[in-house]
Formats: sequence, structure tokens, C-alpha cells
Amino acid sequence: MMNKQLLYSGSEWDFDLLRRVYDACEEIAVGELGLNVYPNQLEVITSEQMLDAYAAIGMPTMYRHWSFGKKFAREEMLYRKGAQSLAYELVINSNPCVNYIMEENTATMQTLVIAHAAFGHNHFFKNNQLFRQWTRADRVLDELAYAKKFLADCEQRYGLDAVEDLLDSAHALMQQSVDRYAPKRQSTSDKKQKAESRAQYLESTYNDLYRTLPTTADRAAKPLTETEEEAKQERSALELPQENLLGFLARHAPKLKDWQREVLEIVRRLAQYFYPQRQTKLMNEGCATFTHYEIMNRLHDRGQVDQGAMLEFLHMHTAVVTQPSFDSKFYQGINPYALGFAMMRDIQRICEHPEEEDRSWFPEIAGNGEAMQTIRHAWAEYRDESFVMQFLSPRLIRELRMFAVNNHSDQPFVSINEIHDEQGYRNIRQQLASQYDLSKQDADIEVTDADLKGSRRLVLTHRVHNGRRLNKEQCNRTLRHVANLWGYRVRMLETDPETGITIDEYEAMPMP
Amino acid sequence: MHVIDRRRNPKSKSLGNRQRFLRRMKSHIREAVNQSIRSRKISDLEKGQEISIDSKDLQEPSFHHDAKHGNRDFILPGNKEYKRGDVISKPPSAEGGSGMEGSPDGEGEDNFSFVISSDEFLNIFFEDLELPNLAKKKLKSLKSSERVRAGFAKDGAPQRMNLRQTMRRSLSRRIALGRPSKSEMQELEALLKEALEKQDEVEADRIRKRLSSNRIRMQQVPFLDTVDLRYTRFERLPRPTTQAVMFCLMDTSASMTEQLKDLAKRFYMLLHLFLKRHYRSVELVFIRHTYLASEVDEDTFFHGRETGGTVVSSALEKMSEIVDARYPIDDWNIYAAQVSDGHNFDYDMQTTLGLLSQRILPLCQYYAYIEVGDDIFPGTSVLWNGYTPLLEQHKNFARAEVTEASEIFPVFHDLFAHERAT
Repeated sequence: MMNKQLLYSGSEWDFDLLRRVYDACEEIAVGELGLNVYPNQLEVITSEQMLDAYAAIGMPTMYRHWSFGKKFAREEMLYRKGAQSLAYELVINSNPCVNYIMEENTATMQTLVIAHAAFGHNHFFKNNQLFRQWTRADRVLDELAYAKKFLADCEQRYGLDAVEDLLDSAHALMQQSVDRYAPKRQSTSDKKQKAESRAQYLESTYNDLYRTLPTTADRAAKPLTETEEEAKQERSALELPQENLLGFLARHAPKLKDWQREVLEIVRRLAQYFYPQRQTKLMNEGCATFTHYEIMNRLHDRGQVDQGAMLEFLHMHTAVVTQPSFDSKFYQGINPYALGFAMMRDIQRICEHPEEEDRSWFPEIAGNGEAMQTIRHAWAEYRDESFVMQFLSPRLIRELRMFAVNNHSDQPFVSINEIHDEQGYRNIRQQLASQYDLSKQDADIEVTDADLKGSRRLVLTHRVHNGRRLNKEQCNRTLRHVANLWGYRVRMLETDPETGITIDEYEAMPMP
Repeated sequence: MHVIDRRRNPKSKSLGNRQRFLRRMKSHIREAVNQSIRSRKISDLEKGQEISIDSKDLQEPSFHHDAKHGNRDFILPGNKEYKRGDVISKPPSAEGGSGMEGSPDGEGEDNFSFVISSDEFLNIFFEDLELPNLAKKKLKSLKSSERVRAGFAKDGAPQRMNLRQTMRRSLSRRIALGRPSKSEMQELEALLKEALEKQDEVEADRIRKRLSSNRIRMQQVPFLDTVDLRYTRFERLPRPTTQAVMFCLMDTSASMTEQLKDLAKRFYMLLHLFLKRHYRSVELVFIRHTYLASEVDEDTFFHGRETGGTVVSSALEKMSEIVDARYPIDDWNIYAAQVSDGHNFDYDMQTTLGLLSQRILPLCQYYAYIEVGDDIFPGTSVLWNGYTPLLEQHKNFARAEVTEASEIFPVFHDLFAHERAT
């Protein structure tokens, strides 16, 4: 294995070199690390094209919207002023997996990028259960091309303004438009059958005598109870309560035209496509960083990259996996590259060289000697929340000197609840895990009522956890978007889920 | 594995997005432009500039938690001295001290600034403006033509002889026919001298013979023959005229206060900018007048100081003189914009109106009169009233009033809006 030929020397690269580097990386990634990847496609782009890609939320094709233009204007400004450098790569969860690499990169950077994206991220996309369950890698690009064409057609037919307003509204609700649980696959014929059997049951148990019983609260005439009954049935047809706002509006908003429903569906599918990425940021980056670290080191061991390249690589690698302390001016939250990479290395250590502590904390994996297999299993089956919950070790908590802080808006101080000691490990681990739980971080909003017969008012409910209320101004503005889509008055209740008390109320009318 | 080189792909993929973004920002950009006209030097407008927009329109709202409320726990790295149970008082401004929950995009959006190129800026600025009636002229005067280069001819006027082409042919002919060159002759003469010095008669004789035969040859093969001559050829091509000239007539009399002059200048600057941008071949003629009119250059027009009484007809006469001298009506679309405070000597009114309706307005595609003045008695000035009948008689006459800088752009816009009712 040792003393293979050097792949390159110096910083220049060409397309032949990319191929040689790719083959060398593939030999290690597939042969030694046991990764399983989609076919790769490397695309060399310029910095300007990278900015373009940034603006289109990293997708190769995207429909047009002013917000992407705004993003581009901002990124460009930051880049031109030197406030921010561009990413070395961008990778898309698709089959074949598209990797954008920048032309300015040196040969070592290209090697790093290929190892990181074409094998690390790619393996994660292909194997992680969230991606497998929720995204269709082989259809993404077609879907986006379809969306782009569909929206361009709509712009032609219905005007720029109509499409822009609709997209504005749809984008505002993206966060509240993902299905968090596996969809109940219920076809329309199933539903029909169910409705028929229900009607049959009602018929068979019909007893005219019940009609003569006085209804309790309602002293109103009989027809009213009938309409009430209808309303009730309608409500169940609306599948309330419903947490997927765009999905609900696309299906049930009374005033929308067919093309508008389709646009909402397109945006909803986009939100759903990105949801796994938001849930696995830590693991995904950890996986890619770990993979490039392994591959680069093994390339060096084999004599395929020289010392200079290795130093350049380590320089970049350490920059990527730095975790500034909370009081540093560079602190921007917990760095997913740093924590992800550290956890992968930690699992490797626990599997191969466990200490006494590890044996008691991780009896299933400590010392099993199958580091890669254990890690690959974690990559496939976990998401950030469960991954932290399962694999964050006391040793790592000590190394990162983590501590838990409580901040209550009513208190004039913040308090330190836990530090890295024997009592603190489990709580810190649990709290960090819930920090990665999107269902706890995103506002918990549901459609709870829709009156299709009378005032046609729609009611949303925000369940307030831990006193975390919605931002008022933003809520009002977003609610107006909901009203525009629904077409009638919309109300938002903020309630305490434990007591059921309504804390606050918002209302919005659609714009004329 | 495929490697694809995308670097050659067309650039600016997000151009469509940028256009949509600017479209959305248009009203704000207009506002920014209006500000500049009010306060800044217009010459700066031509440069691209950073626009800072404080706008609600740019926000993309979403449902999210307010960072200021609630009870939250979070994990931070890098503990140095804290122990369990420590409390830290919050800073008085009570940001919450967390930094966990930023604005939705992780950026403050109170002031969104970005750079907009001068092209984009002016496009928005002058959008849907045009010189009225330009097309008509185009059809009318197809007969005017223009000389364009069209290769070379064997004969022509001496002043059009093309030296390069001619010499090229002469040289090749001389080489082909073996005409001895001047340097060759000098060489032979030098050799002859040498031979004479050595008293080598045989050699000297041989050289003399060669020299004489060469001289004969030189006479037989001329340096420049008539077959060498080439002349630059021109053709006349019919040419649609879109040439236009804009006459800027400004009253600089004593009654125009500094403030009014400033208004007038701002209007012309706008006009200047507009014409330079949309009509490449538009020429500008600056005429300022008191009781006397004179044609001045741009700089003097905008920055000069000169006062006196007011005789409007002087400017109109000057204009008509210049048209006669330099701008044949066949070739030129003629426009005029007159800015004045509305004063004119009474005895001059008759002449002015006569000149306008008989001479000037028939020449012009469009004549705009802009009155700057105080808004105490609008529509009462001599000129304003005097011009009223012209409005009905001549469709190409328009007038407007400006009392403060902020009105300039709207008025300008009205005067040059697309599909003006003509």
C-alpha cells in the first residue's frame, strides 16, 4: 500500500488531475471506509457562478423571485467588501450527485472538496433515513426544472405581480409547511369507501324516535342543527387540526385557482426537501468532515500527497473545525463542523480505545473494534437530536467545557444550571439534543378551525411553550399572508397548551 | 464520474432575480433619486451608487419566536470560571444575552444596502420617458443621405487618393519589373568611386555600364504609374434621421432669483442626462438670454452669472438663426425647452408670440415651456397667460409649472411621458 505515486505537487490542477484525485479518493472511500454513494458529477464554476448558486439557495435551477435577487445583492456586497469568503464547494442532494467546485481552488483544496462533498455529503444523502424517507434524489432536478417552467408560464399568463404576491405569501409559511411524521398514505378511493361505509352505518342505525328528543343546549329550530351537523362533517373533511399550513391552504383555501394551488404545492415540496437538511446539519457536516479527514490522512500515508499539501490541508481543516468560546467575538453558536467532527472522532475512539468511563456510558459500542461500521450505522439511522442524545460523551463535554444556561425573560439575570461535571453530563446532553430538535425550535402552529359555511374565518393556534411567544410584528405581517391565501378573515390564537388559556390574539384581513 | 466545465456558461444566472428585486424596489429607488435631485449634484447621478433602503417591503416575514420573551435553556461551549448556580445579571438593555435567536435571516434588515449600477439607476429613473414625435420625422425625411466608405476605386478626385493602397501596388509592380532601388544605385556609385581610386579601369567601366543600364530601366519603369492609383470610394446611403437637437432656452434676467435659477438648472440637468442617455445623437444647444441672447457652452450655461432685463424674443430669434445655420429641418428633429419665471417686457410679447407661432413652433417637434416661480399667484405671469392660446393652436406645445425642487421630476416625467396625448 505504501509509497504509491504522488498524485500532484504544487497547487496547479487540471481536469486529468481531478480524475486521478477522484479515483484515489474513491479507492479509499468505497474500498476502505465502506461508503456507498450516488454517482458523482463534478462541475467547475467561477466565483461569480458560486454567488449565483448561493442566491438560488444552492440549487442549480430555481424559479425566479425577488428574494433571491436580494440575497444575491447582499452576498455580492459582503463578498466584494471582503467581509465574507465563498464556500469551496456546494453539493446537491440529487442523483447523480452534483458537486460544484470553484476554479480558484488549489489542487489540495480540490482534493479536500472531492473527499468532503463527493464522498462525505454524498454518502450521507444516500444513506441517512431522513433523506431516504423524505426526498427523492433522482427527481429533485426534474422537479426544480418543472417548477421553474411552471412559474415562468404563470408569470406570462397571470402577470409578474400575481405570481410574486403568491410566492411572497408561500415563502412566509415555509417553516410551518413540513410534514413531521410519515404521511398517512390514503388514496381518494379509500376515503370514498370510508365515507360510504359511514353513511351506510348511519342509515342502518337510523331511528326516527331520536329525532323527537329535545336537543340540550340548542333551543334553535331543527334546520340549524342540520347545518351544524354539516359544518362538523366539513371540519372533519378538512383534516383538522393540521400543522402543514401550505398543504392545508393548497387543498382547502376556497378562493384559490388551480395554478395557485400548484404553486403552493411547489413551495411546500421545496420546504419538505430542505427539512431533512435542517434536521441533520450537525451530522451531515460531521460526516463530510470526518470523511475528508480520513481520506486525506490515508492519501498521505500511501504517499499520494506530499507534506506541503498535507500542511495546507491541515491549515484549512483546523480553520473549519474551530469552536470559539461563547465569550469570543467570533462565537456564532455551536459550529456544526466542529461538534460533528469531534463526535465522529470520539465514536471512533470509543470503539477502538475505550476508557472505563466509556464502557459504562456506551456499553454497546465501547471497544467493539468496528469503528467505521458503528459510525456508518449512526449516519444512516440518526438525526442531530437523537445523535447527540445517543453519542455525546462526557469526555467531549469536558473537552468543549460545555455549560447549560437558563435565561428567563422575567428574571434580571441568567443562571448557570449545569457544568461539565458528574451531575451535569446527562442534563447537558439532553438539553443540547433538544436544541437540535426543530419541532421544539420552530413555532408550534396549527390550523385548528375553519368555518366554511358562515363567516369563512380560519383559525390558527400557536401553542406557547415555555412562554416563548411569537414576534408580534412579524406575526401580524405573516398572518396577512395567510389571509391573502385563504381569502377571508384569519385569526391567530396564542394559547398555553397546559391550561388552554388564550394569551394573545391576532387578526388579519386579506388585502383587497 | 463526470467532470463538467461550467465556467463558460452564461454569466448572471440570477439576472432575472435581480430584475425582479429592482422592480420591487423601484418606488424606493425613485424616492432616492428624488432626494438626489433635491440635494445632490446631478452630475453624481451618472455614477453607480450604493443605495441604502430602509424598507418594510424587503422583509420576508415568518412565524417565529420573539427573542425577548420566554424561558429558554441553551448550551454554550468554553466555560472558564462558572460553577453550577452562578447568576449573571443581564446588561441593562436586556438583549436577552443569548444570541441564539437572531432575526430570521440572521441579519438585521432595518437598513438594506446594496450597490446599483448607473445603468440600472438611470433606467429606473428615466423609465417610460421619451422624446415625443420622433418617429414621424423618421418617415418624412428618408431622402436625406449619408456618405459611407465603400472600398476603393481606380479613379477619383486627387484629394481622395488612398496612399496606402496606391503605394502597395506601386511597390509590387516595381519589384516585379525589376526597377533598381535608390540604395542599389548608391551602392554602385560607391563601388565606382572605389574602383576609380584604385585606378581599376576595367572594373570601373563595368560598373558604369551597369549604372547607365539601370538609369534607363528606372526611366522605363516609373516609380508611380497610373495603374497603381487607388482612390477611396464613398457611396451615398439613404439614412433615416433620428438626429435631434434640443434647444435649452433659459432666462437669466435679474428677476430670476438664485433660487429660481437653481430650479431651472436642475431641470436642464435632468433633461441633459435624459437625452444623453436615451438618444445618442442628440445635440444640445444652450441659449441664455436677458434682453440679449447668446449661445453658450454647457459650463457657462449651468454655472455662469449674468443679469439684465428680459426680452424673450431675443432668445427665440437666436434659436431660429442657429437652426437656419446649422440644423436643416430635413435632417434634424428639433426640440426646445424654455425655462423662465414668466416675466417679459410688454412690448416684446407680440413679437414673441409671433415668432413662436410663425417660425419656431412649425420647426419644432415639441416645445416645452416650464415656468419656475413662487406659487403665490400661479398662472398669472405674462408669459403663462400669453402662451395660453398657443396651447390650442399647436399640438406640439406644452407648458408646466415648477415651484420647488421636489416637483421637478414629476413635471419632467409628465412632459416626456410615453404616449403623451399629441
